[in-house]
Amino acid sequence: MSRPIRPRAQVPAWVLGAAGILTFLAVLEAVPRSGLVDARFLPPTSQITAALAERLRGGDLWVALGQTLTTWVIGLAISLVAGVVLGVLFGMVPVLRRATASTIEFLRPVPSVALIPVAVLLYGTTMQSTLLLVVYASFWQVLLQVLAGVGDVDPVANDTARSFRFSLMTRVRTLVWPTALPYAVTGLRLAASVALILTVTGELLIGTPGIGRLIGVARESGAVPAMYALVVVAGMLGVAVNLLARAFESRALFWHPSVRGEVAA
Amino acid sequence: MTSPVVENPSVMLGVHGLNKVYTGRGEPVEAIADLSFEISAGELVCVVGPSGAGKTTLLRCLAGLLPATAGDVRLAGQAVSDPPTGMAVVFQEYGRSLFPWLTVAQNVELPLREKGLPKARRKELVRETLEAVGLGDATASYPWQLSGGMQQRVAIARAAAYEPQVLLMDEPFAAVDAQTRFDLEDLVRSLWSRLGVTVVFVTHDIDEAIYLGERVLVLSGRPTVLLEDVRVGLGDDRSQLETRATPEFTRLRTHVYELVQAAKRGARSVTDAHLTH
Repeated sequence: MSRPIRPRAQVPAWVLGAAGILTFLAVLEAVPRSGLVDARFLPPTSQITAALAERLRGGDLWVALGQTLTTWVIGLAISLVAGVVLGVLFGMVPVLRRATASTIEFLRPVPSVALIPVAVLLYGTTMQSTLLLVVYASFWQVLLQVLAGVGDVDPVANDTARSFRFSLMTRVRTLVWPTALPYAVTGLRLAASVALILTVTGELLIGTPGIGRLIGVARESGAVPAMYALVVVAGMLGVAVNLLARAFESRALFWHPSVRGEVAA
Repeated sequence: MTSPVVENPSVMLGVHGLNKVYTGRGEPVEAIADLSFEISAGELVCVVGPSGAGKTTLLRCLAGLLPATAGDVRLAGQAVSDPPTGMAVVFQEYGRSLFPWLTVAQNVELPLREKGLPKARRKELVRETLEAVGLGDATASYPWQLSGGMQQRVAIARAAAYEPQVLLMDEPFAAVDAQTRFDLEDLVRSLWSRLGVTVVFVTHDIDEAIYLGERVLVLSGRPTVLLEDVRVGLGDDRSQLETRATPEFTRLRTHVYELVQAAKRGARSVTDAHLTH
């Protein structure tokens, strides 16, 4: 005889998540206070929080935040449009796909930061410099996903479209694009994170305007708690970006098996 | 160049010396050796054969989805090279043939839009055909919210709304349960008699072929030739209970069954088949 299944008290996911963060913050408070690490280089949570509150009251954080978001959005938009258009084109034209495959595999692993000298030569310390890094890093994420998505068009659905004599544009619009969309959304999510990382990296290393440059300035002037406070802001930006992308995903892909869940049939 | 074939004008679909060899990786495979038959306008013809008999290959050649290696397929006298106007296909895999991102009504409407029909006419056709297949109240649902049998009804409605001259059906009920299949068979008969469309129905189910068809084309195993073109004299009004219980149905069933069994053993003509009944 099997034991009756006892209903187990379920702890909601958000409670667990919050507990995890609080534990992390507590450890971060305790470690410098106990002297395990030098509090000058890793200040306790309370000091970082105080610095963050102070920065939030000032104006320059918000200006920098706006600059970072602007670079990020423009870079992501360029990658997205270019990745989708080229992905659909290369994916649907076998000759182009084969002709570009090796070039893509060669260019893709080139680290974006390796392009910093080129970017500085071309654009100096303007936003375009960082934009170049952002686009270079995030474009591949979109392109590769869209290529995979276009290649995933169901043969039966394709035969259906052909037998009803759908024009090329109709096939792209009603069959290829919806099939590739789940892939494109994954590409967007990956690209969004990568673009944010490269935005901050560019600002920090090249000195283009934004949160990254503030981090660099804080570091150089020895304002360690403020530096960590800015890192926290960058991290929260990343969380927000991911949440936004996920919300978009579940809206755009309501019909997809991964989103629609169980249905009666 | 194929020479023009002089045909009886009532022939809707003509297949002459059709041969199909797949030349992919490895050895070339001859799927269809030599097939010739004609189907008149308004006929309902079923195609049966042992599994692997090239039934789907034949249907894809008829639909213009697959180029023939030799011979030709003519729709109303015109050679078929690409999917022609005036033909609609119902595939076995309804779940993959319907677009999950479109509602039932949008799925039916899309080919009509592509055909260039005005909006009012499209709405009318969508409503009429969905009602005809018994899905008048499921128009706003998505295909994946429906059962398998209902999804195949949507695919049938989509094909019927297209108002084709020839409707090709590739084992459309192979993936639905037996009870649903009876209903869908009657649906095909009623749509056929109401619309006056020419239907080619490919199936592996011998009873289904006889119940539905005016003629049954029995194919040999690979490489395929036509074993026999069997006339079905069961009249126009058919019912699942009575028609299937008639002596004529039983006779035809025995005959076609024996042919298919012989085809499995490699028979390539009726005389090869050594029929015992």
